[in-house]
Amino acid sequence: MKLEVRELRKSYGAFAALRGVSFEVRSGERVAMIGPNGAGKSTCFNVVNGQLRPDAGTVRLDDIDVSGRAPRHLARLGIGRTFQTAETFASMSVRENVQLALLSHRGRCGSLVANARCAFVAEAQALLERVGLAAQADRASASLAYADLKRLELALALAGEPKLLLMDEPTAGMAPQERSELMRLVVELAERDSTAVLFTEHDMDVVFGFATRVLVLHAGALIASGTPEAVRADPRVREVYLGSA
Amino acid sequence: MSASAVLLQFLNGLAGASSLFLLASGLSLIFGVTRVVNFAHGSLYMLGMYLAVFLAPRIGFWPALPVTALALAFVGAAAELVVLRRLRHAPELLQLLATFALVLLARDFALWTWGPEDMLGPRPPGLSGAFEVGNGRFPEYDAFLCLLGPSVFVALTLVLRRTRWGVLVRAATEDREMTGALGVNERWLFTGVFAVGAALAGLGGATAIPREPASLGVDLAAIADAFVVVVVGGLGSIPGAFLAALVVGEVKAFCIALGLERLVLGVEFIVMAIVLVGRPWGLLGRPPARAVPRRMDDAGFALDGRERLLASVAAALLLLAPLVASEYSMVLLTEIAVLALFAASLHLLLGPGGMVSFGHAAYFGIGAYAAGILLLKEGWPAWAALAAAPAASFAAAMIAGALCARLSDVYLAMLTLALAQIAWSIAYQWDSLTGGSNGLIGLWPKGALADVHAYYSAALALAGGAILFIWRAVGSPFGFALRASRDSQARAETVGIDVRATQWIAFSAAGLFAGLAGGLYAFSKGSISPESLDVTRSVDGLVMVLLGGVQSLLGPPVGAALLTWLQDMLAREVPYWRAAIGATVLALVLLLPQGVAGLVGRRPQ
Repeated sequence: MKLEVRELRKSYGAFAALRGVSFEVRSGERVAMIGPNGAGKSTCFNVVNGQLRPDAGTVRLDDIDVSGRAPRHLARLGIGRTFQTAETFASMSVRENVQLALLSHRGRCGSLVANARCAFVAEAQALLERVGLAAQADRASASLAYADLKRLELALALAGEPKLLLMDEPTAGMAPQERSELMRLVVELAERDSTAVLFTEHDMDVVFGFATRVLVLHAGALIASGTPEAVRADPRVREVYLGSA
Repeated sequence: MSASAVLLQFLNGLAGASSLFLLASGLSLIFGVTRVVNFAHGSLYMLGMYLAVFLAPRIGFWPALPVTALALAFVGAAAELVVLRRLRHAPELLQLLATFALVLLARDFALWTWGPEDMLGPRPPGLSGAFEVGNGRFPEYDAFLCLLGPSVFVALTLVLRRTRWGVLVRAATEDREMTGALGVNERWLFTGVFAVGAALAGLGGATAIPREPASLGVDLAAIADAFVVVVVGGLGSIPGAFLAALVVGEVKAFCIALGLERLVLGVEFIVMAIVLVGRPWGLLGRPPARAVPRRMDDAGFALDGRERLLASVAAALLLLAPLVASEYSMVLLTEIAVLALFAASLHLLLGPGGMVSFGHAAYFGIGAYAAGILLLKEGWPAWAALAAAPAASFAAAMIAGALCARLSDVYLAMLTLALAQIAWSIAYQWDSLTGGSNGLIGLWPKGALADVHAYYSAALALAGGAILFIWRAVGSPFGFALRASRDSQARAETVGIDVRATQWIAFSAAGLFAGLAGGLYAFSKGSISPESLDVTRSVDGLVMVLLGGVQSLLGPPVGAALLTWLQDMLAREVPYWRAAIGATVLALVLLLPQGVAGLVGRRPQ
């Protein structure tokens, strides 16, 4: 799998949020995208996940141009995602959430007479086990603790067996202990299937603890890309984050 | 048309626009601040008309205008204090139902106080003459109206811009949560807004009496007009309401001038449909500050053991009913079965779909007319005409759904209402095809279905089968995808669901089943009239669903049975049956917000 982002540009009126950003993500990598507020992370991320259409530039997934495609098309091409605030189906139980995701990913949502509650029971249970929610399968998802909701969201994303997982601020709103637990789970799951992970994150412990590579955006341009150690030592990155003094 | 004729029509349009603005500005103000869609706003207008007609001979026409407005302010404040304040945190739909109960109460209050006859208002003293405009005449009183609307607009704008109260109203309209968080006392703000809104509606009604008589049907006609103006202008925007009133008033006036009288009944809804498709938030409206999640504690819409037992017992009793029931009860039970299907089809939209429709009766009526016309005019056999009913409604719902699927909440409700009103005005005016206001009669099926008992069994089988299918579909993968689209559109898309297509299919399917119900209804009554698709029937459907309980599959059919039985019994036994139903609904909403089915079903977690 290869995600290839080429020369992305996006402006809001006179403000250029992205000024030609290019990078690649390959199977097995966990890439963190960081940068100060206003650097263009969110814009870049939302172009990749299909929420925004770029003014120029391309996003290619395994040589298929996917720029500007709707999120549901990206899902079918193997891009999973999680949201900054966990989005799940609040009226359904934990198991039903995963059952629905499996039904949808396998193109079975056209059926009007099958019983959805009997579909993919074993597979849903297996997925819930992988994210550590098996014991809560029958609970209403709306009653889950936030950290568990994040795990459920991860299960929903994994139901599509994604080649690439996009995570927008995966640990936002979580306690430090929960953060590393969730990220350890992500690493474990991603390594098993060599899924690529691209995530944005504010928490530098998470970034430097779990990314295999770090991209640094500043003022709409990519100013550094490399291993966490290399980026940490990069003078331009230090300048952006710490000021020139 | 000569220049002076154009001027005359323009002035006519202006006078109409002024009345529309008085009516609609209050509704917009109330919605903007409280987010309550006040269905009773037209009733306030109607009460204003009656009160002014009553007061004018006693205290004089001109003093009657401010006194009426003041009286209505108290009525509005009382409605807020007694009913709506208790429902502040209830779901929107319950608030809507409560305001509809107020419509019924107001209607019967007027009937009880002033009787069923239309009441003509006096000529306005001092302004009973007319100006010459070219070859035409323009009444002096209409000139007064032309000035009144803009004056009220300016006064209202000044109050909103210059007074502390106005600042709070504007702040709450922009962002209610933030205003609440800043410590503004919302309770009195809400009461005040209701009082002012009601006073404007009362003034609108009072100033209308020299032009049209006070009558009982004015309430729903007025609310439909007001909805159109508010939605076209943008919810909560007073300048928007002013602009929209102008557009609608002028369009109507020129329809009459150009000899297109037939268009007048429907043209404002056509304007609204065009505006909503092009500008989903109205001419001067803005997208809501934050998306409101439409989640619902629906417990998965699965029937539990007790509900299954209850449904089975009811089904068994209904199947055995022909053995013992009288012909009269057979007719009533047929109606219940048919309307249960109508309610279940609406519930598919409201509950699992999360889409509120104010115009679901359109598909019921289209099915009924399709069946009736094919039987009567084309000589189709009853079974074939019956099969064509859902097909016709399905086609109509597909078209409507394509327009509606991208709208949300209140705008969706309003566009469905607009489309239903267009369907109604076609049925009402296309004499050669639909029989116009009289409708079609003599729609009795021949042969095996001619017997009342046989027809009941057929209707029960079809309606029951369709209800079971809907229930099954709600628990199917498609039903899950539909609920998922309601719960979280963004998440649904990222697991690969086409949210718009899913909602569109559900909308069309709901239309299809409503059409089947309509076809069955036409042949059970032997006649069909425009009433079968007017706004009252749409609201009846909402009342059924909410009365039974929107959170349970069993609720809507139970609500249909209850309301139909109540209407039948009360209409025979009680002179003021509307008020009785209104009071019942109000009591249920305030005391039993889960609906009647909440009594037997599980409690939401």
